[in-house]
Amino acid sequence: MTPPAHLIALAAPQLLLAGASLGLLMVGAFRPRALNLVAGLGVASLAAAAGLALIGPPGQAFASDLVADRGAVFAEIVIYLASAAAIVLGQAWFARRGQARFEFPILILIAALGMGMMCRAGDLLSLFVAIELQSLSLYVLAAFEKGDGKSAEAGLKYFVLGALSTGIMLYGISLIYGFAGSTRFDQIAAAVAHGASGGVLVGLVFLICGLGFKVSAAPFHMWTPDVYEGAPTPVVGFFAGAPKLAAMVLLARVLTESFGPALAQWRQVLVVMAILSVAVGALAGLRQSNLKRLWAYSSIASIGYALIGLAAGGAEGVQAMLVYMTLYVIDVTGFFACLAALAREGRPLERFSDVAGLVRERPGLAVAMTVFALSGLGLPPFSGLWGKFYVFKAAISAGLAPAAVIALIGSVIAAYYYLRLVKVMWFDASEGAVDPPPWRPRASPTAPRSSSSRWSSSRWRPSIRRPAPPPWPWCADKRSHASDERTRLETHPSRTGRRRQPRRRRRRPSHGRRDGPGLPGDRQ
Amino acid sequence: MTIGLDHYLAVAAILFTIGVFGIFVNRRNVIVILMSIELILLAVNINLVAFSSFLHDVVGQIFALFVLTVAAAEAAVGLAILVTFFRWRGDIAVDDASMMKG
Repeated sequence: MTPPAHLIALAAPQLLLAGASLGLLMVGAFRPRALNLVAGLGVASLAAAAGLALIGPPGQAFASDLVADRGAVFAEIVIYLASAAAIVLGQAWFARRGQARFEFPILILIAALGMGMMCRAGDLLSLFVAIELQSLSLYVLAAFEKGDGKSAEAGLKYFVLGALSTGIMLYGISLIYGFAGSTRFDQIAAAVAHGASGGVLVGLVFLICGLGFKVSAAPFHMWTPDVYEGAPTPVVGFFAGAPKLAAMVLLARVLTESFGPALAQWRQVLVVMAILSVAVGALAGLRQSNLKRLWAYSSIASIGYALIGLAAGGAEGVQAMLVYMTLYVIDVTGFFACLAALAREGRPLERFSDVAGLVRERPGLAVAMTVFALSGLGLPPFSGLWGKFYVFKAAISAGLAPAAVIALIGSVIAAYYYLRLVKVMWFDASEGAVDPPPWRPRASPTAPRSSSSRWSSSRWRPSIRRPAPPPWPWCADKRSHASDERTRLETHPSRTGRRRQPRRRRRRPSHGRRDGPGLPGDRQ
Repeated sequence: MTIGLDHYLAVAAILFTIGVFGIFVNRRNVIVILMSIELILLAVNINLVAFSSFLHDVVGQIFALFVLTVAAAEAAVGLAILVTFFRWRGDIAVDDASMMKG
């Protein structure tokens, strides 16, 4: 019998996060204006949870519902740090668009609590509760941007397919429980040690399908591009990193701890899913013009590589998967941090043409985005290379050389779109200036319809606002229809982001509180 | 004829299939999708309770209670998102959710 103090020490990060999210909810309910306080305390409690996870004792608690081993603690710390970064990025981003609300940090905290429990689950029951805790907050986060129909649609799609995947996973869990006789991972392992029965294997396939939805592996990936396109930019950076890592750790634990003896059966399923993911991620990414959709396909491909590492089986495969996913979390968080820092006329950058010629206006951000893109590709000097190296090494030593070769070919194909992104940022002509950083005073707008005569000439600084000349003549003709497209996009009332300009503010005092274009009646 | 475990499992499997078909075949209304999700979760509950009674193990029934609770939370979140969507589009037809393609 373990003493209660030991239990509390073992579950300390989860207890801290649960307490912090409830307490901050109270703070937010009674002081809705204390946005920075809530966000700061949220980041602090995530950092404290990471510290507690680091110094916490290894072991099991609550009838092995909660397991703390080295892999779980490692993934947990990465997840908490990525969540803290998401709070910082997201709160600043929503504040710039006049939509900051105290619920955002709390939702991230609850999602982080769920993800931490996913890493530590030692029982199908805690697995289910952890996944739901994470998923329910992610559904809300996807639909978080008010006044954007795409965000609501992304949330709706994510919810429907996520709930379906939960149902499929639960059906598998019920079959495993029935045919193995227990929900604890160690007892399931004992039950399948002498060959798994048919019912257990059917349940396992359902469970893998449900988790495949959560990590967006290939046959179950169809929600990913739509959700990434519609969700707010910093939220996408969060979606693509930490929840994928948590779900992969969970998949690794279920497969290696409770179904280790049935390795031959689930390895085939994983290899097929991995190859499909790499192929879909590489080929469908080729014809994307939206950066968020592009990174959706990139994350599908990256899940493919991580699944190859997992299919290798054993400690080496799980280690390779953890290294790969951690480096990918850093890449994707960094890239979306850069993307969220940029805007044109208050509109977030989303398309390839939006980042054209970025290196001449914001060289630091352009270099950082180049590094993150090349690291995601796995080009030699950058860290992404080592993730892929360990994955392929584990796969080849486990006798999965054909899968590794196919994945390598997929990553060569995917190089096209990463390099295209770099090419567009460095060599194409820009279509007007991006907004200056928020700490610098905002110059007057350059859009042709703006009444620049009202602005005093001392604030008009044409030297920075004029678009840079194209370095090569064949780039020159792109500018005209690119600016046409920008004008068309800005006719949409809620996406212009011109609320910070004094003229508009006087005309529409209720800025930042509109829910949509209006009532259903005035839709056309 | 006595009603055994197989019968319960068959009912649950039929309910599960109806639920999955309801999500994919239905093109009219998102509320129907929410109902289909509930149907899937109830099929799981039948499975869990049947196994629990068959195995003389209480874990399955506790699991079913958790599933019921989470299903309620899920319905609440789903309806909230649906309200946001409705305010924007003025309709909740499934085919309306098509701003993003590709």
